[in-house]
Amino acid sequence: MRVQLTTTLAAAALLAFSGSAQAETLRILTWGGYAPDAIIKEFEKKYPGTKVEVTLSNNEEMIAKLRATGGAGFDLAQPSHDRIFAVQKEYGVYKAMDLSKIDTDKIAPNLLEAVKTNTTIDGKVHAVPHQWGTSGIMADKTKAPNVTGWPDLCDPQYQGRTSMRLRRTILLGTAFGMGENPFEAYGDKAKYQQIMDKVAEKLIACKSIVKTYWQGGDDLINLMKSGEVIVSETWDSTAYRLYAQNPNIVYVPPATGALTWIDTFAIPAKGQADAAAYNWINFVMQPDIVKLMSASTGATSAVKNGADLLPDDKKAAVAAAFKPKDLENLKFFANIQPGIEDIEGKVLERIKAATAK
Amino acid sequence: MGNRDAARLSLFLLLAPLVLWIGLLIILPHLGIGYLSLREKVAPRVYQFSFANYVDFMREPIYWNTLLRTAVMSVLVTVMTLVVGFPIAYYIAKVAGRRSRAALFLLCLVPLWVSDLVRAFGWIVLLRETGLISGFLQWSGLARGPVELLYNDATVVVGLVYTVVLFMIVPIVSTLDGMDNSLIEAGYNLGGSRWTVLRRIVIPYAMPGIVAGCIIVFMLTAGSYLTPILLGGKNSMWFTEQIYEQFITRYNWESGSTFGILLLAFTSFVVWAGLRLSGQSLATTVAKG
Repeated sequence: MRVQLTTTLAAAALLAFSGSAQAETLRILTWGGYAPDAIIKEFEKKYPGTKVEVTLSNNEEMIAKLRATGGAGFDLAQPSHDRIFAVQKEYGVYKAMDLSKIDTDKIAPNLLEAVKTNTTIDGKVHAVPHQWGTSGIMADKTKAPNVTGWPDLCDPQYQGRTSMRLRRTILLGTAFGMGENPFEAYGDKAKYQQIMDKVAEKLIACKSIVKTYWQGGDDLINLMKSGEVIVSETWDSTAYRLYAQNPNIVYVPPATGALTWIDTFAIPAKGQADAAAYNWINFVMQPDIVKLMSASTGATSAVKNGADLLPDDKKAAVAAAFKPKDLENLKFFANIQPGIEDIEGKVLERIKAATAK
Repeated sequence: MGNRDAARLSLFLLLAPLVLWIGLLIILPHLGIGYLSLREKVAPRVYQFSFANYVDFMREPIYWNTLLRTAVMSVLVTVMTLVVGFPIAYYIAKVAGRRSRAALFLLCLVPLWVSDLVRAFGWIVLLRETGLISGFLQWSGLARGPVELLYNDATVVVGLVYTVVLFMIVPIVSTLDGMDNSLIEAGYNLGGSRWTVLRRIVIPYAMPGIVAGCIIVFMLTAGSYLTPILLGGKNSMWFTEQIYEQFITRYNWESGSTFGILLLAFTSFVVWAGLRLSGQSLATTVAKG
């Protein structure tokens, strides 16, 4: 009995050892749809020594997870470009990136520049772009044909038929809709507080018009599909998914400019598979993989000809939504300065706690 | 001598899982949370000992309003659960036949086999504007247009009662099970009306189960997260949601911990006050039951 136990133990130890010698695990912390099985399979075929493990998350939870461990537990993370600077200053959860290991010439230069300026701390870059998209309005044009921007969400003629996600995007959108430029006020906290107070007043008054606040993409799709909501704040990718099923539901870039986000690649401070992480970053920039990726994420890849590599149904949806002037008017999310999120958090609490009339 | 050692060892082994569980999963995390709640962030990555988080809580009406609201609604849910659950428990323990008793008990357990999330979603499918009930009301002519039944407090209370009613039924059934039927008969023989028998004999006997059930239900309700958020929608305001917001969306672990400690202290206080007001104590009710 004892002999048997020892041999099994030894065998197990051996297995574990040989396992660690050969196979490396690449642990990716990312969004739903950003690491589809088909791509993982291709990747593991090309790099037989690497196993990919995926954890799905969102911006807030990604940061909370990495903060809890000081940047351990994952080898590659995909926060949005504006969520890196303050977090890195505060908690130091990412490593600086070695851009020489990345095929930067494949990346669209304007996006690369935007991410670089947003994530450079002490002269070191902490992220590169991966997918980008916008936040704006989605409308069922048979029932709400005249929607043009953020203020429509609070228009009494759509009483009980609008929805939004009670997060920072709607605060910024509403501020733009009221003729303010919140990004310019990021440096001036008093000014920003003033804008946010106005936004809070507006959104509290708006609460009786909103049907409910949506929590995630599937939630929103249900609300729109059932016709319970006809105008809503949305991610463009969610609107495109619906457009494929019902061409009456279109994405409307707000007149004040669609708010543009870039999801990036960043390497956690205690990541243990940097080489594999760089391999993944370069791997997903190959044209045939980009196509697969965009089909799965619904967003546009940050490679040079990303828009051409969208699947056909998405191309149609984008064409129906964006005019060239909308593309020139994109508003990139500006870097969140320390302290800004506190102001926004308090405002969001106030709106949530207010009673609808 | 050897015997005593063996007895000690078996006692130790029997207690070890409990002690480990309580120590590692309950006491240790609470110490951590208590420690975090007493830290104030003065600059990025710089913290100092202070009660600032507690002061912030007191200064912001939104926070303590939410806590009070959560407590009041949890008490309401507890009372309603008792009203709904007691007759069911009485029926299962005293009226139903031996065979149907097991079946009824099993029926009460069935909802527990499905996760919280799925159960809440079930309610959404029923109650949403394009849902089953709204559809039925329109079809039967009772309502002219679609009816939205979600996103209000009544729905949240109903949903919570549904989720926790089982935890009221089980302890009451088990105390009533031990009650000798001849006690009830004696009550009737002595000329007691139904109401008197219920009030003077059944309820006092079931008290340990009722108190245990109320405590469990109150704590579960005050600490629930999914049901109030999914059913309450834009009008949900539950204290657990505030805690989640502090930890996850505002990265403010310090105030999140403070809220956690306050929720624990406040609900414990409500339970203590409830015991005092009803003239019960843990020793004579729960421990006895």
